[in-house]
Amino acid sequence: MMGMAASGRTPYTGTAIGLHWIVVALIITAWALGLTMVDLPLSPQKLKAYSWHKWTGVTIFLLTLARLAWRAAHQPPALSGSIPAWQIRAAAVSHALLYALLFAIPLSGWLFSSASGVPVVYLGLVQLPDLVGRDKALAGLLKQVHVVLNWTLFVTACIHVTAALKHHLVDRDDVLTRMLPFLSQRRQGEK
Amino acid sequence: MSCVLRIALLCIALAPAGAAAQTVDFARSRITCVSTQMKVPLEAEFRRFTAQLAFDPARPETGSAQIEIELASFDIGSEEVNIEARGRNWFDVANHPRARFVSTSARALGGGRYEARGPLAIKGRTHDAVVPFTVKMDTAGNATFEGAFTIRRLQYGIGEGVWKDTDTVADEVQIRFRIVTSGKPPQKKP
Repeated sequence: MMGMAASGRTPYTGTAIGLHWIVVALIITAWALGLTMVDLPLSPQKLKAYSWHKWTGVTIFLLTLARLAWRAAHQPPALSGSIPAWQIRAAAVSHALLYALLFAIPLSGWLFSSASGVPVVYLGLVQLPDLVGRDKALAGLLKQVHVVLNWTLFVTACIHVTAALKHHLVDRDDVLTRMLPFLSQRRQGEK
Repeated sequence: MSCVLRIALLCIALAPAGAAAQTVDFARSRITCVSTQMKVPLEAEFRRFTAQLAFDPARPETGSAQIEIELASFDIGSEEVNIEARGRNWFDVANHPRARFVSTSARALGGGRYEARGPLAIKGRTHDAVVPFTVKMDTAGNATFEGAFTIRRLQYGIGEGVWKDTDTVADEVQIRFRIVTSGKPPQKKP
């Protein structure tokens, strides 16, 4: 409750915080798998890495749905009144872009897999329907789309992290502590 | 019934070598295999094969089949995988270019379904295979043979070395075929 007392505002709910950081971990996992698997020589390890990469992507897609459901039911905690309007708008735009990418990237990967003639079997249990038929030219295009969207996510996520750190370290406001309440308690401890 | 037709039918009935051989229409025929990696079914086609079929649904036990598949024609849609499949660990096409099935018996199972049995040789190893199939005849005398059966790839040494692990690539591989034979029935020949 120290965080609440310090800012006068509540952090995100435990559900929202949990989902946010689980998705962060899954994005890093999917990236690490994606970047290494493509250069592996054809081997059982490579096939496993591809499957794990796809399972991670589908999980991110599902958790992003859950996060949007949370947002539909909850108001995110208010931002400090000292933040300029343009920054609030920029934050809203970048958040919308991040959500859009968290849907579009797994979807482009699923399309790419379908066009390559490889169905996605989520967790080895649930076979997803093929979105398009086998088509080599389309697969090549979808691969590029998947890669470009991922680098767009990388850049947007870097801006997101930089902004959060700037608020925490330079402005010393509660933008970051809303998503990391324990930092707020530590800050209280330092004072 | 014309006299010629009657004689022709009699000849077929008495033919000791079984049913007459039929001409395969390769453009409409397909042999594929479905392997499973990480529970993901992947279909690959064998683009070149030869087949000698002789089958009369009225007398299935006289039928015979000899099918040879050129393993280098394996195509799963990825050149990287095709090259791997032709290599020593998988088909080893340099030493074993063809897979061969020769039927030794055939019988009706009822309900328009039949079954052929015989040795299936792949990569220098031979095991008996049981091949269920259906036959559809059209009025022009074309026959469509369709069926599927499962083999265990490791029995044939397909997928050696690191690929022996069946957690990644399952042991069971389904062979699917649709073979269309054209050729008018012999009795219609002038």
